[in-house]
Parts: sequence; C-alpha cells; structure tokens
Amino acid sequence: MKKDIILAGVGGQGILTIATLIGYAALKRGWHFKQAEVHGMSQRGGDVQSHLRLSENPIWSDLIPFGAADMILSVEPMEALRYLPYLAGDGWIITNSNPFDNIAKYPELDAIHARIKSIPNHVLLDADSIAKEIKANRSMNIVVLGAAAKHLGFSKEELEQAITAIFARKGDAIVEANFNALQAGLQKG
Amino acid sequence: MEKLMLLGDEALAQGAMDAGMSGAFAYPGTPSTEIMEYIQRSKQANENNIHRTWSSNEKTAVETAIGMSYAGKRAIACMKHVGLNVAADPFMNSAFTGANGGLLIIVADDPSMHSSQNEQDSRFYGKFAMIPVLEPSNQQECYDMAFYGFELSEKYHVPVLIRLTTRLSHSRAGVQTRERRAQNQLKFPDDPNQFMLLPAIARKKYKNLINLQKDFVAEAENSQFNQADLKAKENKLGIIACGLAYNYLKENYGNQEVPYPVLKICQYPLPVDQIKQMYDAVDEILVLEEGMPLVEDMIKGMAWQGTKKIKGRLDRTIPRDGELNPNLVAKALGLPDNPGVAIPDIVAPRPPQLCMGCPHADSFKALNEAMEQYGKGHVFSDIGCYTLGFLPPYHAINSCVDMGASITMAKGAADAGLYPAIAVIGDSTFSHSGMTGLLDCLFDKSNVVIVILDNSTTGMTGGQEYTGFSKLEEICFGLGVEKEHIRSFVPLPKNKEDMVRIYKEEIAYNGVSVVIPKRECVQILKKKYKMEE
Repeated sequence: MKKDIILAGVGGQGILTIATLIGYAALKRGWHFKQAEVHGMSQRGGDVQSHLRLSENPIWSDLIPFGAADMILSVEPMEALRYLPYLAGDGWIITNSNPFDNIAKYPELDAIHARIKSIPNHVLLDADSIAKEIKANRSMNIVVLGAAAKHLGFSKEELEQAITAIFARKGDAIVEANFNALQAGLQKG
Repeated sequence: MEKLMLLGDEALAQGAMDAGMSGAFAYPGTPSTEIMEYIQRSKQANENNIHRTWSSNEKTAVETAIGMSYAGKRAIACMKHVGLNVAADPFMNSAFTGANGGLLIIVADDPSMHSSQNEQDSRFYGKFAMIPVLEPSNQQECYDMAFYGFELSEKYHVPVLIRLTTRLSHSRAGVQTRERRAQNQLKFPDDPNQFMLLPAIARKKYKNLINLQKDFVAEAENSQFNQADLKAKENKLGIIACGLAYNYLKENYGNQEVPYPVLKICQYPLPVDQIKQMYDAVDEILVLEEGMPLVEDMIKGMAWQGTKKIKGRLDRTIPRDGELNPNLVAKALGLPDNPGVAIPDIVAPRPPQLCMGCPHADSFKALNEAMEQYGKGHVFSDIGCYTLGFLPPYHAINSCVDMGASITMAKGAADAGLYPAIAVIGDSTFSHSGMTGLLDCLFDKSNVVIVILDNSTTGMTGGQEYTGFSKLEEICFGLGVEKEHIRSFVPLPKNKEDMVRIYKEEIAYNGVSVVIPKRECVQILKKKYKMEE
C-alpha cells in the first residue's frame, strides 16, 4: 500500500499543516513517510507544493515521479491544475474552488473549474465558505483535508487524533474548530 | 534513542548536537537556514550550552568555527552554496591549517535555483580544497554523517565539507538517533604552529595535505556510505549514483534489484579502485549526480579511460543543468517514462511577490516617483525580498548580483559617470557585506545614494536576527557619512510626499547619501501577533 500526494497552494495558505496531519496519521500506522517541502522565495505569495509520500514499504525518492500521484490535494483551484503532470490516470483531484487572486491576470474561473471537472475523479468544493459557515475561518485547509479523507483511506478518527496531537498546544477551541472543519469536509468528500 | 521526523537540514543539526558539537555559526540562506534555526530552538542545545548565534556573514561564520576548532571543540559553519564564495578564503586556508576540534563546513546547494542566483556545485570546492566531502542521500545519512564527519575531521585533523541539496535539505523523513557524545574539553592544538600559515609553515602544511590524499581515498573506498554492488545480471551498463541521485535510481526499480552494477557514492574523494573495478566489468557507464558533472568529468579525464562510453550530463543523457528527478533518471536508463498530462494552458504563472503591506513596496513606489525624470537603469540592488522590486508593478531595480554588490556597483557606475547612481540594499544584507562598500564610496567621495531598507529582520529566509540590528544610522555615521545626509523615514502611503522629497534632495546632493526607510517586516509583525494571541 502506498499513497503519493501532491499538496498545492499559494505561499501562506497552510498546505504544510495538511502535510503534518496526514504524516502524523501515517506514522501512527507505522508507515514510512517522506515529505518534500518548498521553503524560501516562493513562500512570498508564489506557487508552493509539497510532495507527500506514504508507504508500507521503504520510500526512495523524495519527489513523486510524473504520472504517479494518487492525489492532488489543493487549497486553490488553479494551483491544483499546475501539478496535473504528477497525477496518475486514476488519481484524484481534491481542491478548494475559491481562487487566491494575487496576480495581474487571473484566468477565467469557470474555465479552471471546467478543467478540474473534466478529470474523472474530482472533488471541487468551496472550502472558504464552508469554513465560514461553521465559524472556523482559518480552517479552510482542514475542510479540504476532510474532503480528501475517504479517498486517501484515512478514517475520521485517525485524522482527529492527528488534529488533537498537532493543535493541542493552541487550546481546545482551535482543536474543536478543526474537528468541525474536518467533519464539514468529510461530508463533501 | 528515539525516532524523529526531521528535514535533512534538521537531521544534520540534531546529528551535530548528538555528536558533541559545541558551536554552530551561520548566516541564513535558502536552503541551509533550517540547520541553525533548529539548533536555536533546541532544548538540548540550551541545556548543553551550545553556542548558536547568527554571524554577520559566511566568512565570519567559518572563521569563528575555525577558532572554536583551534580551542579543541567541535564546531560547524552552515551556509548556502553562494555563501561559500563569501567564505572561500577561510575555507580554503582551513584545509591547510586543518582542525583541532572536529570541524564541519555544511553547505546546501540549490540546483534548479529555486531561491538562488546560480546553481554552483560545492563538491568542486571540496576537491579544490583537497578535503573529504560527504554527500548524504537521505535524512538518516544526514544524521549519521554528522557523527562520522566529526570523527573523520578529528582523525586526520582536517575540516570536512558536507554537501546538501535543496530536496534533501527541505524533505522530512524518520531519523533514528543514537547515543550522544560529550563535547570536547578546551584543548590547545598539539602543534602550536598548526594554525600559523606563514609561507615557510604553509609550504609544510600543503605537503602534509597532499600526503593525506591517499588516506582520504582509502577512507572513501571503505566508507559505509559508499556501496559497490557489482554482482548484477547485466554488464552492458554500470551506474554511478551520487547522493540523492541514488534514490532516483532505486525509485525507478521499486522493490526490484537494479539489473546493472551500481556504485553509490556519498563520500569523496572518489573511491578510485571501486570505479576502476566497475569500469573493467561493464561496457559503458552512466553517471547520475545532482548538480554539475563533477564525477562524470573526472572519470572521463582518468588516464585509464579507454574506448568505453561515459554517459551523463556532458553528453546530455541527463540535461546539462537543473536538478534531477525520477523521470529524468528513467529516461537516462531507457526505461518507459510516463510524463503525465501536460499542465493546462490556462494555468498562469504565479511568481513570488512582496507581501500585502510590505514596507519595501512603499519605499519602491516613492523611489520610482523620485527617479521618474531620469528614466530607467539607475538603481542597483541586492539579495533579499526587495529583489522582487524588479517584478511588476514596481520595475524599480536593475541589478541583483551578490550580497553587497548594490553599493559597489552603484559606485562603479557613478565612477563611470552615471548620474544618479542609486543602491538599494536590505538591512541584513548591509550588515553582511555592505559596510565595506560604503567605506569605498566614502573614501572616494562617490556621488551615490544608498537606500538601506530597514525592516528589522532577515526577511527572505523567514525572519532571522542580524548583527547590525538597530545600529544602521550609527554604523553609517561611524564609517563617515555626514550626519545631515543620513536620512530616515517611515515608508507608508501617507508619508509618500516626504519620502519622494527626501529621495530627491539626496539625489541632488553630490556625495555619499544614505536613506533609511524604516518599518518592520509584516511577516514578523504577524508572527509576534500570533504569539501574543
């Protein structure tokens, strides 16, 4: 069993938190784990990605080969498409539908959404609005994680355990908000 | 003993601490920054009183590490690849002095230039200095090589270079720690002249270093990090895989054995006998290495090279530039390659940019307005967040070469007759290597305006302290800038009129002016706010 996941977004959107949570859940299972991150210049509002590799067997490359990712998990729709070369034919795209528009000419959003919908296995959700509805504005990334959970093969309990472990030091309210965000995402997945 | 999830940078840092390091010295630079940051956060470093403050630049960092080694204790100096250029003088000479306490020079290269102005390969520096080089292929080796590096350094009294690359520096995996070693006691070198490179002594030192080369090769031949697996099914091809490239090779065969003889190289100088054995056994050789074709070039240049083909970057079996990945290696091996679906045309580039509310943005807007009458081409800049002032909507700067070059290039252009000649440099970069350039300007009474963007931090690398913090005016005044030509303002939209006026006044002044826009980095403010929350 292996899961190769491309996490995508814009610098500052919180994809590394998603990576940490999934990584924690994988480690609890006793799986191997490698996670290549982007630090440096791109974190200033540029496109960022993380290669997250989980496997029952030892993992060699820190980078996922093209055409091999089981999932692209993105907190921004155009960024989801940027990593399409990595996606396996039967892979999933799980992405926030809400654009992060910090460039001069952001493409036609409908066309972006249409391209995402053309991929057989996709979940396109407005994670920002969902997070707002449940009053967990800062947990948009966890909503997207929730939507991905089923397709990743991780249970709600496993991810809740990870949230508790990672967010505990920030207090019960933050843990609770993230539980709610996870649950809201799960329902859309 | 425990299992930790660590970035390659962090694994090296943890390894160095567990191996009895007494001090770490560094200037921030992607992808090396996390080594020092990890040590600074570490409770263990605190409990064991490990020295861990940022240095002014990579040269001072390496020199300080040499000093700690002189005093008998284990030290590391960390930097990004171009930082080693700054530190090249002490680095090269440390190969002659050698080490007393274990001395590791840790350099993180950035192939594909994710956050750098070139992709030079630090292994060349190791070869140039004639010292052992370790190149870990995974996070566990990062950890283990810190122990081994110190041992090697103390065994031969030689500094050891550890070379990382971006993908390992910034990739996280499980690392098994081991029993900690105590730090060394303070102890003078056995030879009181060890660190005295007067010509007569230096000549002896060089002979000594030359004599050590055979030992370094022998260590590489027997290294736990170099593996020769020559019993393969097929001998038409032999593969030499260095550092991370070994992983990309293994990735392509999954759980199956590689069908060809493989030589994994993570310790240099090259294990010549192992390479010769492989060369004799196979029809042709493929060299896989991250960075420049160092190994490929050396093997091609060896006297016993006959008619056999050596494939790699030089013959374009692998692209000549850029970092490796599993797909490039698959292609080089002639394996079926799955390029995946193309990036849809609709996807627009998203370059990095100055943050919302960044003080540099206001400084650039006002500078652009003040410079409008002179046209483009007058503003020399430097390495930092503000280099993004080149991009739209600012188009405010015309150069970015190396740390500190804004000031000296502005001087050179002014000397050539360019007016106005403006330098734009960050506060941390000014501390790193701007002060000597300013002194040049003052010595020569050059007609330049030097803008020091003071955001109270080293911004681009994530906000580290720097040595000249809160002393910029005093430094400039102390170096000899006239008080009335050291100007400061708070870069905010509401102050724009004043800012433009101040820029214009100093452009009009025929001499050395320093303008200091002063407002804290918004990322640092955010961090502080989060901490209070």
